[in-house]
Amino acid sequence: MSFFSTRMLAASAFALMAAAPLHAKTFVYCSEGSPEGFDAAPYTSGTTFDASGHAVYNRLVQFKPGTTEIEPALAESWDVSEDGLEYTFHLRQGVKFHSNDKFTPSRDFSADDVIFTFERQASADHPWHEYIPGVTYEYYSSMEMDKLIKSIEKVDDHTVKFTLNQPEAPFLANVAMPFVSIVSKEYADALEAAGTREDLNNAPIGTGPFRFVAYQKDAVIRYQKNADYWGEAPKIDDLVFAITPDASVRLQKLKAGECHLMPYPAPADLEDIRADPNLKLDEQPGLNVGYLAYNTTVAPFDNPQVRKALNMAMDKQALIDAVYQGNAEIAKNPIPPTMWSYNDAVEDDKFDPEAAKAMLEEAGVSDLSMEIWAMPVQRPYMPNARRAAELIQSDFAKIGVKVEIVSYEWGEYLKKSMEEGRKGAVILGWTGDNGDPDNFLTVLLSCAAAAPGGANRAFWCNEEFSDLLAKAKAASDHDERVKLYEEAQVIFKEQAPWATLAHSTQYVPMAKNVTGFVQSPLGDYAFDTVDLAE
Amino acid sequence: MFRFILKKLLYLVPTMIGITLVAFGFIRLLPGDPVLLMAGERGVSPERYAQIAAQLGYDKPVWQQYVHYLGNLLQGDLGNSLVTKKPVLDEFLALFPATVELALVAIIIATVIGVPVGVVAAIKRGSWFDQISMTGALVGFSMPIFWWGLLLIILFSGVLGWTPVSGRISLMYFFPQVTGFMLIDSLLSGDEGAFASAVSHLILPSVVLATIPLAVIARQTRSAMLEVMGEDYVRTARAKGLSPRRVIAVHALRNAMIPVITTIGLQVGVLMAGAILTETIFSWPGIGKWMIDSISRRDYPVVQSGLLLIAAIVMIVNLIVDLTYGLINPRIRHK
Repeated sequence: MSFFSTRMLAASAFALMAAAPLHAKTFVYCSEGSPEGFDAAPYTSGTTFDASGHAVYNRLVQFKPGTTEIEPALAESWDVSEDGLEYTFHLRQGVKFHSNDKFTPSRDFSADDVIFTFERQASADHPWHEYIPGVTYEYYSSMEMDKLIKSIEKVDDHTVKFTLNQPEAPFLANVAMPFVSIVSKEYADALEAAGTREDLNNAPIGTGPFRFVAYQKDAVIRYQKNADYWGEAPKIDDLVFAITPDASVRLQKLKAGECHLMPYPAPADLEDIRADPNLKLDEQPGLNVGYLAYNTTVAPFDNPQVRKALNMAMDKQALIDAVYQGNAEIAKNPIPPTMWSYNDAVEDDKFDPEAAKAMLEEAGVSDLSMEIWAMPVQRPYMPNARRAAELIQSDFAKIGVKVEIVSYEWGEYLKKSMEEGRKGAVILGWTGDNGDPDNFLTVLLSCAAAAPGGANRAFWCNEEFSDLLAKAKAASDHDERVKLYEEAQVIFKEQAPWATLAHSTQYVPMAKNVTGFVQSPLGDYAFDTVDLAE
Repeated sequence: MFRFILKKLLYLVPTMIGITLVAFGFIRLLPGDPVLLMAGERGVSPERYAQIAAQLGYDKPVWQQYVHYLGNLLQGDLGNSLVTKKPVLDEFLALFPATVELALVAIIIATVIGVPVGVVAAIKRGSWFDQISMTGALVGFSMPIFWWGLLLIILFSGVLGWTPVSGRISLMYFFPQVTGFMLIDSLLSGDEGAFASAVSHLILPSVVLATIPLAVIARQTRSAMLEVMGEDYVRTARAKGLSPRRVIAVHALRNAMIPVITTIGLQVGVLMAGAILTETIFSWPGIGKWMIDSISRRDYPVVQSGLLLIAAIVMIVNLIVDLTYGLINPRIRHK
């Protein structure tokens, strides 16, 4: 869209707003950054998903608020074939897409929209595949949907059948993710005819709880309640994102009453927030893990005993106090405790420098010196990697292991840490995409992920462990999957490819009068349930 | 005069080519690349990487990419952002008015306060006013902008509640952007209170952005004044029996203004640099923050074309400054 038409859109959106009656309830969210666009499919950041996928769109299925459980959304129900290869979705009827000044839907949501949503991402020949130069569908390909989905078939207007190449239990969780938000095919056709295809990304039309009104780049996004929403209608009339990148400024805005809720407070501000009588602080364990990955292909780290000994030398509580300011819990498993199949029976390696030293000697390792890689950026799962590396360095010094701390620019860090024969252990972490244990274990620790382009930075390939994951992925029975993942965690602990460090806590500060906000374990910010008390 | 302008304009051409080279080269010299940064912790397979690189044209030798870039530039195509996929020019135009508005107000504040303070400090050299204002200028010049901005927010918005924390206008007001300048658009909107809201949002960021230029201008004015006050023509003017006010305003200040104007012109570059921090603190949707974000994401097209646009503007402003010398100093005009 040209600069001029952006203005026209803003102007006409204004006219629409002005015509509407005065709105009583406006909810302001001080968001942390600008969305990259409003079509959720080509992007990967949570910031973009909050502004597009969660506000404007729906998926076939969705995560029940506050959980990672799947519940019906645009699909009212679904059947899975015996062999786990066919998923038939029965679509909700009478669901209306939004309208804006240039587009009014003539029909309700149907199977055509579902097929359009998936096929434009799946097929490079689809006319809407690269509808803006440079558009790619990274989430679709990194979740391996391209390898997984064999075909999509329209059974009738309200039924869609997906056929998979192999049975895959996490499939349902995948289609609840924002990147497969259902877009309107009719809207796409209208844009095609008008020659303004880029508006799919600039002026989104969805079925979600809020209708997009206007975006002023890097400043404000405005939405209006979708009066025809198929689900429970939002309680607020207008939703505004006030883009505020600095955490301290966000807090000042919250305190001044310029917004009602903010994400990602600075850890140092938490005490201040708790003490403020006008604010409240919602906290919840995050769906994440921070870890130190050894290179299990290089001696002496190919010996599990050595890795275990090093893990025992680490004072994790001190690390949590210093690096996370206490706002985290010690990690013993690679998946967080809020995730289903978390194996609480697994015991963490005891902090015991003396025993660690003895174990190293027993393994025939002396005068060990190693590198520890500290990532150069802050992430919720690792707020200060340099500090963490320094603490580990001093812990290891006590058992006679010399540590050199290294760091690279973030892109280089990600690349070099996946290079074969890498020296040293790498600090990194992960935040779950869809709440499925497979999204942690297979992505980060399977044999397949140890190949170039994967994310298994321990290069750890344990056939038994990988087999359990593969079985769990193909199993359709939930209890069976739980059992398989619990077993896998036992093997992980015995083999110790990582030192599991911490699961950090997520905090959401908000004004006292905000009600109904439900924190998502996935770190999404959705406002269809919020309200403002008088 | 015409030849003077033409000559200056011709100088711009090699400078612009140099800037394209520098901008194009430097962002590529930085380690890290956009595809890897987009993939993040998850990583990207070598095949997928090659596919994306080919789609973006980054598989070709760098000189070919450069030639391709120059070719597109000559056709007026500045490229599309790798992150938002939108044309760089559209993004620039959407954000630029906010930066200009902030910078203009800041430079006006800096000049309107800085010049008189410098003049008075020079005339009353050694007085308490001189001492205090020059110490203040030194402090202002050394002020870490980020800290200073946050301090003002906490004091004036947090504790006293006099000014809004951040943004360009209260979210209550929602009107079409006609010029992109909030002060003008708010007047055009006809909404009662909109203009006042826009002004109140501008106060803190423009004061923060004006701090360093104000200090520089005050000090520069003072030393320029001191210099001309010792000149023969000032002594002559005094000897003629002119009033002190006339000696200072006409004979001294006009001559002292030449280096001051150069300084003000050079501050445009400083304002652009200061805007990066100021815009980040005050959530001001301008080009400074846009550039920083693009560099950290290795958004090559935005960095190389954005830098080119900013450089062109700084050069044009400097050209205008050069031309104003002519108005003040006849010797340059007649050369």
